[in-house]
Amino acid sequence: MKPAFSVIFLTTLLGAGQGLFLALFTHQSYALFGLLPMQSDAFYGYGSAIALLFLACGLVASFFHLGRPERAWRSATQWRTSWLSREVIVLPVFMGVVFLFGVSHLAGYRPEIVTLPSGLLIDLSIVIGTIGTLLAFALFICTGMIYACLRFLREWNSPLTVINYILLGGSSGFILASFYAASAAPSQTHFFVGWAIIITLLAFVGRAASLVRNARLKPKSTMQTAIGVKHPHIVQRSMGAMGGSFNTREFFHGKSPAFLRAIKPAFLLLAFVVPLALLALGMTTPSLLGFAFALQYVGLLAERWFFFAQANHPQNLYYQCV
Amino acid sequence: MTQLALVIDLNVCVGCHACVTSCKEWNTSGSAGPLCDERPYEADPTGTFFNRVQTFEIGQFPHSETLHFPKSCLHCEDPPCVPVCPTGASYKRKEDGIVLVDYDKCIGCKYCTWACPYGAREFDEKQKVMKKCTLCVDRIYDQSLAEIDRKPSCVKACPTSARLFGDIHDPESAVSQAIREDGGYALMPEWGTHPANHYLPRRKTKLKIHEDELERADNPLKVDGLLPKPGKGESSMDDASAW
Repeated sequence: MKPAFSVIFLTTLLGAGQGLFLALFTHQSYALFGLLPMQSDAFYGYGSAIALLFLACGLVASFFHLGRPERAWRSATQWRTSWLSREVIVLPVFMGVVFLFGVSHLAGYRPEIVTLPSGLLIDLSIVIGTIGTLLAFALFICTGMIYACLRFLREWNSPLTVINYILLGGSSGFILASFYAASAAPSQTHFFVGWAIIITLLAFVGRAASLVRNARLKPKSTMQTAIGVKHPHIVQRSMGAMGGSFNTREFFHGKSPAFLRAIKPAFLLLAFVVPLALLALGMTTPSLLGFAFALQYVGLLAERWFFFAQANHPQNLYYQCV
Repeated sequence: MTQLALVIDLNVCVGCHACVTSCKEWNTSGSAGPLCDERPYEADPTGTFFNRVQTFEIGQFPHSETLHFPKSCLHCEDPPCVPVCPTGASYKRKEDGIVLVDYDKCIGCKYCTWACPYGAREFDEKQKVMKKCTLCVDRIYDQSLAEIDRKPSCVKACPTSARLFGDIHDPESAVSQAIREDGGYALMPEWGTHPANHYLPRRKTKLKIHEDELERADNPLKVDGLLPKPGKGESSMDDASAW
């Protein structure tokens, strides 16, 4: 497939935003149970604002993928069948909940909702945060399923696709949270860095598993099934167009196999190895955490580019002369 | 229920591209707007087509065969492009099984092309919406046309009648008979999309006449005599009476 930069930015920015929100609410949940000191409302509030900024940038990026962005509102109608439609619904709802979470903290409006028998005080921000957490995972699932549900694209058609969207987004968001905490709540940096390391390691395992899986895939469709001729030796002589067509542009990444081979170690290094090293060092030198996030973001862009480029669409059988 | 479809006979397709040009002419002139082209008179022309004819070489020289392969939307009975559409612009008509795109609802996200294993849809780079074969839905029901003309443009244009059009759910239709009797097959059956369009394979059309077919071996009533054979030097009336 041809990697579209709008979609690459959309998925990576959303992942970081969702991950950051999850990180913030994870901290608040720990604090609720007294495992960590509760931080100021400003810490959670401004953190949510940053998450919202990433989500908004992702939303803007998504419009560049549309031929007719002015009709984008229509894309919420087919939620019964289309994962893309479901994402279109969940994303703004999630953004709204992140906004409310931030507002409830920044405005200090956290009325008590219920007190559990154990004496635990559940306030409004906890309720909103819980809903937001569910929505963050729902959005990850929608985004992942957009790709995983396409059974013809066998590189994507696997639960690993959804798992990796969750883990890569989580990794990116928790590293961002570490960087944020390093300046906004330095005493809590270790908590975020610890989780960031765990999630980044899990993401590495998940992505490596999908690379191994994809390397062993055997194409289901062949030239023989594509045109229904059983002869083992079939060569295409004409694609039916001299100057190319949509089909010759949309489904090929347009780079050399050597480039594709080079991207793989590059993103493994930038998205996993380098950030893990910087996170470990960041425990003592918090200034490195910003680099960890930025370098990993570049790595994630490369990872997403490779994710698209690696998927080989069966329609390419009809366009062998490209 | 009706399922309109094309049946394409690869045995007689000569790869003349008449279906391609006829399709383009009809569908670029309709009320749905043009099928846009870019740089049509330059070195790398490109444009939107519903139908393409591709050419494959089967086997290795000198034992090779050329196969011309017309390719358009197959109007799958279980179209994978339809459920993924976020706007409902892609839909399959209940009454005749044609898969269509509502150009006024399409947002141009191209997700449907990812979901089509055949590459049957083409994005119009100027109108920014997805386009595909309509089976000339604006033609086949047009009461102002003579009944013989109520067929897709490509079918009308084919000089060798390689393209048949009809209802594949009607067992008596010409297309159903062709599929049944001439080995009609679907493309990429492994995906379970059940394409409505079928292809008829290349097949041998040699006719071998055996001796016993000229002089009936079974000769049931013993009335058939041997065919008269004039002597070698004699004049014959065969030439004059043969017709």
